[in-house]
Formats: sequence, structure tokens, C-alpha cells
Amino acid sequence: MTVANPRLAADTARVRGSVDMTHGAGGRAMAELIRDIFHKHLANQYLAQGNDGALLGNVSGRLVMAADSHVISPLFFPGGDIGALSVHGTVNDVAMMGARPLWLSASFILEEGFSLAELEKIVVSMALAARQAGVPVVTGDTKVVEKGKGDGVFISTTGIGVLSEATDIAGSNARPGDAIIASGTMGDHGIAILSKRENLDFETEILSDTQPLNDLVAAMLAAVPGIRVLRDPTRGGLSATLNEIAHQSKVGMVIKERAVPVKPEVAAACELLGLDPLNVANEGKVIAICAAHDAATLLASMRTHPKGHDAAIIGEVVADEHALVTTHTRLGGMRVVDWIAGEQLPRIC
Amino acid sequence: MKYVDEYRDQELARTVAAAIAAEVDHGRSYHFMEFCGGHTHAIFRYGVQDLMPENVHFVHGPGCPVCVLPVSRLDDAVELAERHGVILCTYGDMMRVPDTKQRNLIRAKADGADVRMVYSTLDALRIARENPDRQVVFFAIGFETTTPPTAAALKAAEAEGLKNFSVFCNHVLTPPAISHILQSPEVRDLGIVKIDGFLGPSHVSSVIGSRPYEFFAEEFQKPIVIAGFEPLDVMQSVLMLIRQVNEGRHEVENEYIRVVTEEGNFKAQALVSEVFELRKSFAWRGLGIIPKSALRVRDAYADFDAEKRFELSVKASREAKSCECPSILRGVKKPTDCKLFATVCTPQNPIGSCMVSPEGACAAYWTYGRFREQQPSKLEPAE
Repeated sequence: MTVANPRLAADTARVRGSVDMTHGAGGRAMAELIRDIFHKHLANQYLAQGNDGALLGNVSGRLVMAADSHVISPLFFPGGDIGALSVHGTVNDVAMMGARPLWLSASFILEEGFSLAELEKIVVSMALAARQAGVPVVTGDTKVVEKGKGDGVFISTTGIGVLSEATDIAGSNARPGDAIIASGTMGDHGIAILSKRENLDFETEILSDTQPLNDLVAAMLAAVPGIRVLRDPTRGGLSATLNEIAHQSKVGMVIKERAVPVKPEVAAACELLGLDPLNVANEGKVIAICAAHDAATLLASMRTHPKGHDAAIIGEVVADEHALVTTHTRLGGMRVVDWIAGEQLPRIC
Repeated sequence: MKYVDEYRDQELARTVAAAIAAEVDHGRSYHFMEFCGGHTHAIFRYGVQDLMPENVHFVHGPGCPVCVLPVSRLDDAVELAERHGVILCTYGDMMRVPDTKQRNLIRAKADGADVRMVYSTLDALRIARENPDRQVVFFAIGFETTTPPTAAALKAAEAEGLKNFSVFCNHVLTPPAISHILQSPEVRDLGIVKIDGFLGPSHVSSVIGSRPYEFFAEEFQKPIVIAGFEPLDVMQSVLMLIRQVNEGRHEVENEYIRVVTEEGNFKAQALVSEVFELRKSFAWRGLGIIPKSALRVRDAYADFDAEKRFELSVKASREAKSCECPSILRGVKKPTDCKLFATVCTPQNPIGSCMVSPEGACAAYWTYGRFREQQPSKLEPAE
């Protein structure tokens, strides 16, 4: 991120009201934008270095890197916004490797005409999220595209974390007999987004669960260092996550529909729209797979953490060369839990 | 969830399953066609088949509005969006249905057409109000259940004097389709499709009532139970059908008494009748041309009829080669009898309409039931 020149005149970017092409042109307007919005709110020792990149120093352990791009409509939704989401998403991706996230980068693609006040709100939220996660944004970039060639703001974040030698977490590690644990209720984020995007007026406001999970994961690893798999069930929800792991590990999975935590209001919204909560996105939940003998310990450690108090054992890994994920239905039958084909679309009647 | 969980209760399901097991005659088999895709979905979604005795079979019928829409009508919809440059509003399920060229509305949208998914006709009206310089067409499909909202939208458009709103009407009627299936040689003469009774479409009957089915029960001597869409509704309805079969009765019974009456919803019926009239005939996917089986916009509302406004010409349907949707929709074949099922035709790449809609028999088999007949060659590769 190019550093702002403190001697620049005080006609701040915010005075102009909205993003224009000069904010991405490398001149004074861009420097002001960076100074008055990005550096002001995201301030830390690394940004203060003022160089093209951040000098991070030595790290002991194996490095993990994860990248995530954030394109969401609406930009502000119940329980969060694109700024917080862009921090949480990448922090969680690093954490799902069992690593301790250390630093983030953030790249913004802004659309000409986008409100600078809104941009500042997003950056403020991002800064708060980074502080809460304890993971600073140490470098970044800004580009501006012409009006009509973007959707307000896109944010790309990259995270770097450090992994201890003892940790071995991968989607290919699940073994028959292992326990599958969900850290909390499924589907909150997807329904929160949908409720605003489609102008659906639910009586109860459903909040996104977007949150950083690095602290929860640290507590889980402290309790059970031998956790085999961690993954956050984001797009595609629980069903996509379990299917991904099943295929990576070449195992089957059997879950119990009744054991999967779902908030009543989320379940009701899904009923109304003809959606399956198992397919709906989450942004603040983790699915863990561990040996059966570790399950009770892991579950207890999760439930004592505020981000895991609704944790539940939802099923087990089984031997199955077809890598099918099935569930005992709440009625007492069986069915496949499939990942969705494309976008989950509401039924007609 | 109040008034939902009660109909999915495992203990109650066991009780009903025990009652069914106690009442079935083990010396015979029972084949019940669920006409409506909502029932197909419920049966698979909740694993209802697992709670049935081995001699009770579900035959999946044609009652998915997406599945029975002929390809030619989809070609017309794509033409409306691409060639006439309208804002085409459609329910979500329709977005993925392949047209003659194996394209769909998602693809048309990606190529620049203005296609918008809506949740209700009210959304389509709103879009018309917000875009006075654009023509907005609501791609209307569905059985009697979704017809009244379309009629209401047309009336609202007329009352407001909306000049840029029209409806591409593809609403179809349930009784003629049931009659067509029962009169087909496969059912009537050859016995290829064994049907001992029907699970009647309850949402349709919430509009038209249960009385329109009395003719079929009498004429074709098949019991019909109007069944709700919750899994316990389905199970209770199966029990009622088994009792009728065992006792040699063929009546219309109403399991869905919490919603359906004999006469139905007069207000909705009047609304539909005011705005729509019967087409002389309509081509159904899988069932062919059925007389008086669909609705068109009445001349009094011709200004809001997209077929007239854009002079759409009805073309002949061309189904995908080797696709068994037509036979599957009539209950003649099961999804697994189709060569394309789970090989080239999957929800990710649907060839036939039965694989597109979650209510289609093929999609239900694939999505929820394929572990029952899993073969290694039919698995999708790991992603």
C-alpha cells in the first residue's frame, strides 16, 4: 500500500463524496484516500513502515497462506458487512489448517461512484474485525473500475499463519469411526443475506454468524491436538463441506438430521423458501472430525468456548468407497446429503 | 417449529408405519402414484419409503410444473429474453431447464439477456413499475396452485394501467393430466404401469377442492386420497389408500382436512376464471397433447398476454435424444431405467426436465435416493 504523504493538502477524499477514477490513479487523490480511510482505521506498525510491502520478520514454524475474495450483495447485512466478512473469511481459512493466523493483506476494487462514507464504514468494520481476531492488515492495494464494471466494492484478502510441527489437519485425514462435530447452528449467514437480498420480510431478524474462529480453533487444538479435519462450512453449507471431505478422504459419512443444530427461525425461513438448511452458507462455524475416543473431550472444549456452546456431535465417518454422505432423517428414514447443483433455487410451489 | 415438526415426528411415524404394516395384505402389492412433485420430494427428503412394507411402492407421476413444460415453451422464453430484449421474470426452478439447444435461462443471462429470478408475481410487478421503459414479462408456469397469483398480478397490472407488463402463460390443469394417464394404454390395457390409487395433490385441491377428483375415482375405479406434503401426511394417506384397496372401495378421501374442502377456494377460482380461459389443447412434456388441459389469457386481458404482444409462434418440441423423461413422467419407467441417468444426466448437467427441478423424479432419485441403487460407474468424480 503506498503511504500517504502527510504534507498533502487537507481536501480529503471524503469531501468529494464518492469514488472517482482519480482514487485509483496513483496521484494525490489516491494518497488521500489511503491516508484518510485505510491507514486511519487499519493503523498498525506494518502499515506505518510505508513501503510497497510489509516486512514481517522471522517466524518459527511452518507457514500457511490462504486467499479469499469477497463479492457480496448487499454489502451491509444483518450481523455484518463485507469488511468484517473479508477479515473473518481469511482468518478462518488459515485457522482451518490448524494454524495461528498472523497477518492479512487486503485489496480493494472500488467502483466509480461508490460512496466514500460507505467505504469508510466498511473499513472501520474491517479494522474492528481485525482487532478482535488479533490479526492486523499489514499491506494492501486499491484499484478503481469504471461505473458499471463493478458492484460497489470487492475485497480480496490473503492471510498468513503459522502451524506447529505437531499439527496435521487435512481434508484427506478422516477415518472410518471418526466423529463429526459441528460448532453451532447451521445456515444463519445464508438466510441473513437472503432475507435482505430478496426483500423478504421475516418477523424475526436473522443475523449472520460471521466471526473469526481462530480463538475457538486454538482452544480445540489445545484440548485435542490430534484433530484430523477442520473446515468452515461456507458456500454450499454443511452438505458441501462433508461431501468435499468424504471425497478427499475416500470415506462415507452418516449424520443424524436431528442432531444438526439449526435455529428455529432459520429452519422456518428455509421451510418458507423451500431450501435445505444443510445447503445454506455459514461464516462463523467449524466442522471438526476427530477420532471417536477424542470426541467427548473435543466437544467439551468447544462447548466451554463462547463460539462453540451449541456444538454437537452430528454423525460419524464410515467406510464407503462411493464417498456418499447420508443422513438418518428426522422421520426415521435415510437419504443422501448431496452438495447442491449450482445455486440453491427456491421451489415453485 | 410449531405446526411443522408435528408432521415429521419420528414416534408418530413409527405408529403410522406399524398401522400400515398391520393392514397390508402380504399376498399382494400396492402401487400408488403420487401425482405431485411435492410428494415425490417429501418421500425422498424424509426417507418415507424406508418406513413402508416391501410390497408398497410409489410410482412417481408428472406433477412437477417444471418437468411437464415442453421444451418449445422454454425456447419461447429464451427468445423473449434474447430476441425481444424483455426483462424476463421467472421462478427459480425454471432457470436451469435446458432448451432445444441445451441452453437455459442462466446461460442466456450470462450471455446478456435480462433474466430475473422472482419469488412471487408481486416481485415481477415491482420490477415493471421500476422499469417503465422496459417490457417486463412474467414467465408463468405451474398447476392450479400458482395460477391465482398470476391472475391477481394481471388484474393489478390492468388496474394500475401498467403498459410494460405481460404474462407468458403456461399454467396447466391437474384433472386432465390424471385422466390422460388413466386412459393411456399402458395403464388401462397393458398393465405396464400398475396404479392402485393416487396420492392427490393437496395444494391444487386447496384451490379447486376435492370434488373434481370424484369423477376419476368412479370412472376408473381408483381410490384417491388428497394428501398433504408433510411426510406424516403422505404416510397417513398411504394408510387410507391401503384400507380402500383392501376393502375394494374407490373413493375420494381427504387427508388434508386442515386446508382442503370439497369445494375449494371460491375466491381464487373466480379470479382465475375471470382472467384465464381453457386452451383447446396444450402439449405436455411426456404426456403429449392433452385437450383442454391448460389456460390462456382471456381476450379481455389480451394487452397483458405476452404471446400476443410479442407474436410468439408455438414450435414443435424436440426432446433430447435418449432422454426417458416422457416415460418417467407417465410412471412407465423409473429414473434408473434411463441410460442417461447419473451418467451424463445429473443435477449439474441436466439433460431432461425430470433432473432439473428438485421435485422431478430423477433429481429426487439422484439427490436423496441414489445410495439405494448405487453403482460405482454412476458416481460423480470427486471435485
